[in-house]
Amino acid sequence: MRVTFEVNGRPVTADDVWAGESLLYVLRERLGLPGSKNACEQGECGSCTVYLDGVTVCACMVAAGQAHGRRVRTVEGLSSPGGGQRLDAVQEAFLEAGAVQCGFCTPGLLVQADDLVGRTARRGLGVPGDAEIREHLAGNLCRCTGYEAIVEAVRLAAERADAAVRGGAR
Amino acid sequence: MATRMFGMPVQRTEDERLITGKGGYLDDLGAGAYAAAFVRSPHAHARVRDIDVTGALDVEGLVAVYTHEDLSGPMAEPLPLLIPHPAILDGRTPYALAKEYVHYVGEPVVMVVARDRYVAEDAVGRIAVDYETLDPVVGIEAAARAERVVHAGMSDNVAAHLVQEVGDARAAIAAAPNRIELDLDIERSACTPMEGRGVYARWDGRDAMLRLYSSTQTASGVRAAVAAKLGLQLGQVEVVVPDVGGGFGVKIVHPWPEELMVPWAARALGHEVKWAEDRREHFTAAAHERAQRQHVTVGFDDEGRLLGLDVDILHDNGAYLPYGIIVPIVTSTQLLGPYKPGAYRVEFRSLYTTTAIVTPYRGAGRPQGVFAMERTMDAIAAHLGMDRADVRAANFIQPEEMPYDQGLLFQDGRPLIYDSGDYPASLEKIKKLVGWDDFTAYRDAARAEGRKVGIGLACYVEGTGPGPYEGGHVQVETSGKVRVATGLTTQGQGHQTALAQIVADELGVPMSDISVTTGDTRRMPYSVGTFASRGAVMSGSAVALAARRLKEKALRIAADALEADAEDLEIVDGRVQVRGTPSAGIELGTVAVLSNPLRYAFDEASKAATQFTGAADYTRPPVAADDEPGLEGTDFYSPLRSTFASGMHAVVVETDPETAEIRILRYCVVHDCGKLVNPLIVEGQVHGGVAQGVAGALYERMEYDSGGQLLNASFMDFLMPYASEVPKVEIDHLETPSPLNPLGIKGAGEAGVIPGAAVIAAAVEDAEGFAITRMPVSPSELFHLRRRFDKGGIAPLPGAYSRTGEANA
Ligand code: FES
Ligand code: FES
Repeated sequence: MRVTFEVNGRPVTADDVWAGESLLYVLRERLGLPGSKNACEQGECGSCTVYLDGVTVCACMVAAGQAHGRRVRTVEGLSSPGGGQRLDAVQEAFLEAGAVQCGFCTPGLLVQADDLVGRTARRGLGVPGDAEIREHLAGNLCRCTGYEAIVEAVRLAAERADAAVRGGAR
Repeated sequence: MATRMFGMPVQRTEDERLITGKGGYLDDLGAGAYAAAFVRSPHAHARVRDIDVTGALDVEGLVAVYTHEDLSGPMAEPLPLLIPHPAILDGRTPYALAKEYVHYVGEPVVMVVARDRYVAEDAVGRIAVDYETLDPVVGIEAAARAERVVHAGMSDNVAAHLVQEVGDARAAIAAAPNRIELDLDIERSACTPMEGRGVYARWDGRDAMLRLYSSTQTASGVRAAVAAKLGLQLGQVEVVVPDVGGGFGVKIVHPWPEELMVPWAARALGHEVKWAEDRREHFTAAAHERAQRQHVTVGFDDEGRLLGLDVDILHDNGAYLPYGIIVPIVTSTQLLGPYKPGAYRVEFRSLYTTTAIVTPYRGAGRPQGVFAMERTMDAIAAHLGMDRADVRAANFIQPEEMPYDQGLLFQDGRPLIYDSGDYPASLEKIKKLVGWDDFTAYRDAARAEGRKVGIGLACYVEGTGPGPYEGGHVQVETSGKVRVATGLTTQGQGHQTALAQIVADELGVPMSDISVTTGDTRRMPYSVGTFASRGAVMSGSAVALAARRLKEKALRIAADALEADAEDLEIVDGRVQVRGTPSAGIELGTVAVLSNPLRYAFDEASKAATQFTGAADYTRPPVAADDEPGLEGTDFYSPLRSTFASGMHAVVVETDPETAEIRILRYCVVHDCGKLVNPLIVEGQVHGGVAQGVAGALYERMEYDSGGQLLNASFMDFLMPYASEVPKVEIDHLETPSPLNPLGIKGAGEAGVIPGAAVIAAAVEDAEGFAITRMPVSPSELFHLRRRFDKGGIAPLPGAYSRTGEANA
């Protein structure tokens, strides 16, 4: 079948997609977007996390056909929609906090972290606490970092978003 | 003077790529490659009677199907036993594809190559293998009993047997005023990197060259192994290690069966082939570690000082022994930790079982050794009614006793001599950090409220940076950019950053001008690999030495050009200049131009090195007899022996009186890995290690049933912790430089994981008042232990420390 959807603001089409094919496979193998990672294909590790119509999903658990006509955003598109800057605020915070080691879990965690900052600080709802951050990331496995620097990065990104929102509101 | 980079918490240079989705991991490469998949044994032990592939042949997109019968020459022989040792009695290794027998669930039997992975898996599903099932041997007890044997031709399951002894431990114990025996048990866990194994091969028939990409911890090892098996010259094989999504030890094993079959098939088919492991394959068919049973007998005096220590270890090595007996050797030597054991005897038997192979997992036998020693220390404290920290202090090797010879042979085949360390200082730090001396009051107050809290302490010494060697190559381009290469690989430890920091200081160039390549045999063919916390020590030292060579040459050439004395020159920000007169200077890139006398000018810069430019000295050749063209330096670092890092962890836990849930309230670490190259990176290594230590103590175990089926081969069932489970870590550093290497550094990669099981067992024991001897300990196990304890089935801990709470309540 033919699947047409939007990835990172661009319309894309994949042909000859088999009905059992995952969105993750289509992104990685057919659309040249290998940023999202495959570490389990069972919806348990979050390495493949992407936005589907603004909601984070495990791309390995979404059939490619389900994405038809919808909007997908991957790690490759995190910094581009705003345009201009090299890195998105969450990416910048990961860099500063030392939240990356091997980087295999990172694309999924970035998307999931961006989602939390988007739901909280960026909406003027304040900086999430430690427990809330950990809970929100509790579908993403990382074997390298022990999560501490990742939690720190999310807090940093949220604090900056919070400051920006408050600054704007004043 | 430019700022020194060594020791600074520099942001990692590799990260920008990784956070924008531009990392290039194995499965991100080879878009046009055929995909491989494997038919794997569903049985733990069986004879392969027949393989029927006909069902697969009409699968559209199928390319090839291979069985052992298709292999010949070295490929048809067993895989190498990588680390031979005289104590190995019968060293069995697998075949690239099973020949007659299979010895664990997941063992590859048939290889399928197809257009893509979906097609390959379809074909795998249609291949019928007829097995005659044989008796499985699962668990240490079954292996030791040897009523059933794993390997045909053996009368028991003992792969190796080793005794090491210093003094007469048994006599010393018999004569000691106090004596205790302990039976300890640790279960299997596994590295479980987020990226599994993977191999991608390109065979160029015209050049007769193989390019192999592998998600490995050793490029040079894979190269040599693949060349030997495929009957190629070393010069025909290039191994490139792309970004690697974690290793933690499992990827040091080489060659994996798949790592041979993929290049073999690529050559046979004249087409690129790739295999990327899936999660279930990684659980069942990669490698595990940790499982041991230990029997400890210890004799000690009334001050808690060890007089004699006798340890008997049964080690489960799984179905084969490709990595030799490194893990039990490490256990039996590193068990000693920061202590003087008095007389010491250690004996281990390494046993075959019909389960996945056992090879080093971060810590590599140390967590088990530390568990044995630290449980012993706590038992002595309980027996004597002493403070647990005091018992440890009574047994420490003192700083002035360094270097200290433990009298044993270590895993690198060299004497176990500690180079430096200050254990009393570490103990003071950890006691202060965790508030050891105030804890009794806290515990008593908590108990008065009906809460159960406990504190534990565990110490370790870790031999890091073993040889034989690593190499460094540093080159200054005519642009002034610096290229650095080392052969060992990287799996996320930030080697590119740390090595660039070292070279930046040695050469006096900005980090932004330095690029580092690791794990690429085209750039540095001589190498060993990444294991045993050796990256910074070995490659850090090697690139420092290489940079020093280069610098010496740069100063010599610059001195000529500037008509100055080399002694008066320094390099600042990539420019060689006269000390005190910075205006008299020359860019390093220009020195690179001058280092290579030219006939032809290719650009403006290279004109300076051509034959009719500048003043020539007709009395000597353009390149002197003892010199060579180019501005580069190569050197190798080969240490006398390992350098010994150390540390101490203290943890406070609370156990729920009803549900027996174990919560970590505080996790404190004092860590001494010599000079820190990059504190940000080292802290990250400690955090990650602690997370794995906590996971191994509380959550993770490989659950084989008695038939040898791995019951929890997925992230659903194997409880790898998420952010919600891992505690916050409080860290304090001590920097006792190593006298063995030019930078004074010691390895840091594994440390965090090592005392995890020991320290958590100690804290839970302290909270509960009865001995914890098996790890991991889950809430349900603790619940059952409590019930046994309440019924009198487990003795309460003797001595004051565990009873302090009740006594004061
Ligand atoms: S790969 Fe999708 S959740 Fe693990
Ligand atoms: S950084 Fe390696 S898995 Fe998270």
